[in-house]
Amino acid sequence: MTVEAKKRGKGREAASGMTRDQLLTAWRSMLLIRRFEEKAGQLYGMGLIGGFCHLYIGQEAVVVGIQAALEEGDQVITSYRDHGHMLATGMQARGVMAELTGRATGYSHGKGGSMHMFSKERNFFGGHGIVGAQVSLGTGLAFANHYRGNDRVGVTYFGEGASNQGQVYESFNLAALMKLPCIYVIENNKYGMGTSVERASASRDLSKNAAAWGVPGVQVDGMDVEATWEAAKIAVAWCRAGKGPYLMELKTYRYRGHSMSDPAKYRTREEVQKMRSERDCIEHARHRLEAMGVGEADFKAIDEEVKAVVQEAADFAQASPEPDAAELWTDVLVEG
Amino acid sequence: MATEILMPALSPTMTEGKLARWLKSVGDDIRAGDVIAEIETDKATMEVEAVDEGRLARILVPEGTEGVAVNTPIAVIGADGEAAKPAAASAPASAPAAAPAAAPASPPASQPGPTVAAAVRAGGPAGAAEKEWGPTRPLSVREALRDAMAAEMRADERVFLMGEEVAQYQGAYKISQGLLEEFGPRRVIDTPITEHGFTGMAVGAALNGLRPIVEFMTFNFAMQAMDQIINSAAKTLYMSGGQMGCPIVFRGPNGAASRVGAQHSQCYASWYAHCPGLKVVAPWSAADAKGLLRAAIRDPNPVIVLENEILYGHSHECPVAEDFVLPIGKAKVERPGTQVTIVAFSIMVGVALAAAEALAEQGISAEVINLRSLRPLDTATIVESVRKTNRLVTVEEGWPYAGIGAEVVMQIVEHAFDWLDAPPARVHGVDVPLPYAANLEKLALPQPAWVVDAVKKLF
Repeated sequence: MTVEAKKRGKGREAASGMTRDQLLTAWRSMLLIRRFEEKAGQLYGMGLIGGFCHLYIGQEAVVVGIQAALEEGDQVITSYRDHGHMLATGMQARGVMAELTGRATGYSHGKGGSMHMFSKERNFFGGHGIVGAQVSLGTGLAFANHYRGNDRVGVTYFGEGASNQGQVYESFNLAALMKLPCIYVIENNKYGMGTSVERASASRDLSKNAAAWGVPGVQVDGMDVEATWEAAKIAVAWCRAGKGPYLMELKTYRYRGHSMSDPAKYRTREEVQKMRSERDCIEHARHRLEAMGVGEADFKAIDEEVKAVVQEAADFAQASPEPDAAELWTDVLVEG
Repeated sequence: MATEILMPALSPTMTEGKLARWLKSVGDDIRAGDVIAEIETDKATMEVEAVDEGRLARILVPEGTEGVAVNTPIAVIGADGEAAKPAAASAPASAPAAAPAAAPASPPASQPGPTVAAAVRAGGPAGAAEKEWGPTRPLSVREALRDAMAAEMRADERVFLMGEEVAQYQGAYKISQGLLEEFGPRRVIDTPITEHGFTGMAVGAALNGLRPIVEFMTFNFAMQAMDQIINSAAKTLYMSGGQMGCPIVFRGPNGAASRVGAQHSQCYASWYAHCPGLKVVAPWSAADAKGLLRAAIRDPNPVIVLENEILYGHSHECPVAEDFVLPIGKAKVERPGTQVTIVAFSIMVGVALAAAEALAEQGISAEVINLRSLRPLDTATIVESVRKTNRLVTVEEGWPYAGIGAEVVMQIVEHAFDWLDAPPARVHGVDVPLPYAANLEKLALPQPAWVVDAVKKLF
């Protein structure tokens, strides 16, 4: 196995793949995540969401592009910055928002919160709060598929900060050794909390971080949903063909702080503003769609529809009851 | 000058072995470093290298002899005529020369530290007498564990074993002997030395519907994987509102072995028993081992099986019934008695039984309870016993502070305080990292005499 560390999507013209309908669907998904996260931020400010709340705003193209390359039955696991992943796997906005607000109708009946939601039905395995832990767990998802001899692939998302955890490399080794169908996706948003990637990793190309085990890696413009999708298709095909794991580094950016309580003093306002105005994934996709003939009315209609979904989710969450006190004692162990 | 070659100890816990084969014959010249014989223990076959030079004068133990005790002379090397070699220390026997029994140390005083709140909910009511399983045969704990895994792997395709040296090496402690042959490398999986990674991988596989058995070469190494065991395996069901369970077994030797030093000699019972979302069992006998491990593998929850290296070679009567299994959460009264309840688990059950025997000779009737399960704890059985005997002594190998003994005592304080005729007492490993020196190690781990002492102070 050779290492192919190609650069993909560097030049935006290189991304050519999606049809108008595919791109429009992706645009809607990204918009849904953005509006959802904006609403979550708002509810947090109102005290309706507590604890840690990590918003995905800015990074939407990563999960939407990659999910677009997956098939029904493929499995996904990620860290605590997980709202976008849940929406992208098809989990309902209302169930996610209800969980954020700690209600009985949430995906975890209010017992998980922002960082801990799961959906067996949508093959979403969480929602994990310990940085890097989901990388070994995701390797295990792939192990189970390999053990069963099916052709499902597992996608394990983690940040560039997590990529410095020892178990990430233990996982690369195990996956390469056992040829597990696992796509490792490093969402490099440049900052692990307040520490820039340059200050945290001596590696300047994270896509090569598994090269020692012969795992192919690719660096992708994660602000470009089409480039992400194109690259993900290659990774999915690789894994589905039984060739072992694949590493993707998605260059992306989060506009908000690490969590709601992060004042983000470690970067300049100008830096954030520049990314927002010049590299925004939703704007970029919109320009592409305009070139394909999508008109203002179409965008507006989708925007209205998405806003309605998000508002309904917020209303549903606030109208839902808190979990019954008896829930405190349930689900500690599987009974029987 | 003749030099005796002694039967070497080839592992910390080896006391005897089989002299499988002589590779040299009488009359052969031997140089230091020559392989002269092969020794089989219950774990491995090892080669014996000569440390002395000379001519093999006599073979004292013929090949094929079983049960040769460590330090038994097995051959004699004679000086080879010209240069008489000094008959210095011969075989590389680590002579654990039975140190003259020091006056039994009295049990270390328990720290008057704060007691933990009872995090473990009391077990169910004391159930019916243990089910009768019919005929038994002698079985070692080692075989019992292997048989339990093999039976469950035959019954359920989703069950597999992974860990360091479990497959080709047949297990670092030979627990998985024969499993690779029967089930193949897909289901008996050697991992790299990567506890954190492979534990996380196994937990992920369990979340995805498989039923992994993870062998830790010892539980000391599981500290590398603690985050995955607690944060991922134990908590996910709750955090997912009951959607995503984690049916997984973590097993391996726990506690002190013999002279392996502080980093390899820790009891993790109270660490794991502390955590909701886990079940924790600690078998003592072969029947415990087989019955509890089978139950653990079938359980839909993460179960920690704390084994003991020294017990692996011990044999007990074990039911032969195909479907033999033990319930998790149920203690066993190993020896009925009337005047004091001694509660122990794992290797300390043997210590407690020895103490009960000694106490009987002194006219004190002790009831010995083998906990078997540490979480859930069978509080009902202990309570029932204490209400009868009115005295309680707990015995554990681990440290006292926030230990299992502390929890058992608290349960009795909560549930049977008025029945107590004396303050409950704890016997436990001393509150220090385990020392290496033979005499110090012995002073650090509970002996039957400590238990006898603790009991007598209650009268």
